[in-house]
Amino acid sequence: MAIYGTALLALCTLIGVALGEALGMALHVKANVGGVGIAMMLLIAARLWLARTGRLTPGLKLGVEFWALMYIPIVVAMAAQQNVLAALEGGPMAVLTGVVVVAICFCLVALLSRSAGAHHD
Amino acid sequence: MIEIAHKVIADQSLVLAFAAVGALMWISAMVSRLLFRGRIHASAIAIMAALALAWYGGIITGGKKGLADVPAFAGLLLMGGAMLRDFAIVATAFEVDPIEARKAGLLGAFALLLGTVVPFAVGAGIAWSFGYRDAVSLATLGAGAVTYIVGPVTGAALGASSPVMALSIATGVLKAVLVMATTPMAARFMGLNNPRSAMIFGGLAGTVSGVAGGLAATDEKLVPYGALTATFHTGLGCLLAPSVLFLIVKALV
Repeated sequence: MAIYGTALLALCTLIGVALGEALGMALHVKANVGGVGIAMMLLIAARLWLARTGRLTPGLKLGVEFWALMYIPIVVAMAAQQNVLAALEGGPMAVLTGVVVVAICFCLVALLSRSAGAHHD
Repeated sequence: MIEIAHKVIADQSLVLAFAAVGALMWISAMVSRLLFRGRIHASAIAIMAALALAWYGGIITGGKKGLADVPAFAGLLLMGGAMLRDFAIVATAFEVDPIEARKAGLLGAFALLLGTVVPFAVGAGIAWSFGYRDAVSLATLGAGAVTYIVGPVTGAALGASSPVMALSIATGVLKAVLVMATTPMAARFMGLNNPRSAMIFGGLAGTVSGVAGGLAATDEKLVPYGALTATFHTGLGCLLAPSVLFLIVKALV
């Protein structure tokens, strides 16, 4: 049954987000700390357990995979509701900061991913 | 006729959003195939087009939610909102290879720390060069360069002025938009073609929306790895910016 997969996904998301909120409160932070990441780890663990015990039915997989496939359309919808106008009208300081920060971060990604590759391969 | 249209728009907003996004992605796939011969990913074109439409929506409505402020496209708010976005991101973890994820764990955490401290320092430094001298404004503007949520959270905690808050949010939104738009072009330069580099990217580039959009437009398979680290970005920023990082700025000015 596909709904079992979607319900499992919902359960993992709810527990993860709740734990993220709890972590935020414990750290006195006004934000969810890693809720989505915790939920993802729960789902990975659930999948391993289901596969091991032979409960990973095609229907259940479909119930999760549909939402994974809807991910890009959802991101497109997210992009369509960004306040792009305000981002561009933030003035030269906002534009300069945005461009410089993204450029530096991309360079650091290049540096780190290359050095990491050299270590392991 | 118009009455029917109004009723459909009012009652079927989410369904309308599904149809609209589907149409946009279909057009993007055609543009990708016919105009660029597949060299530019259809998802990248769709995200760029969506950002352009969001800009246009802002112009014609004067609102803050891009195209979603146009009544016919109000359903985009639910479809692309944080709830379904996080739900779908978690779903992508179903295909994650746990061994790959664990291998990059420590490096991902290091990237996450760099991704908070470096943008903060750059943001505060540029704010300084633009004439800001008080620690609260500098920290708020630096925090905005981390993500557009860390900015206002820090500003509210420190009691920053409203124009500084607005500027801080604008910086963060612009960063997310830039990451979404430029990741596919910079993917080869960043070596963004394996789970390990995707996790580093998620930690450094920050903002779930930017990373999610950027990776979706580059290679769908990398999305869960980037999201795994990016999800801690805002939390870590909200933790460090109003506390440790603010105190450092205060000690410096």
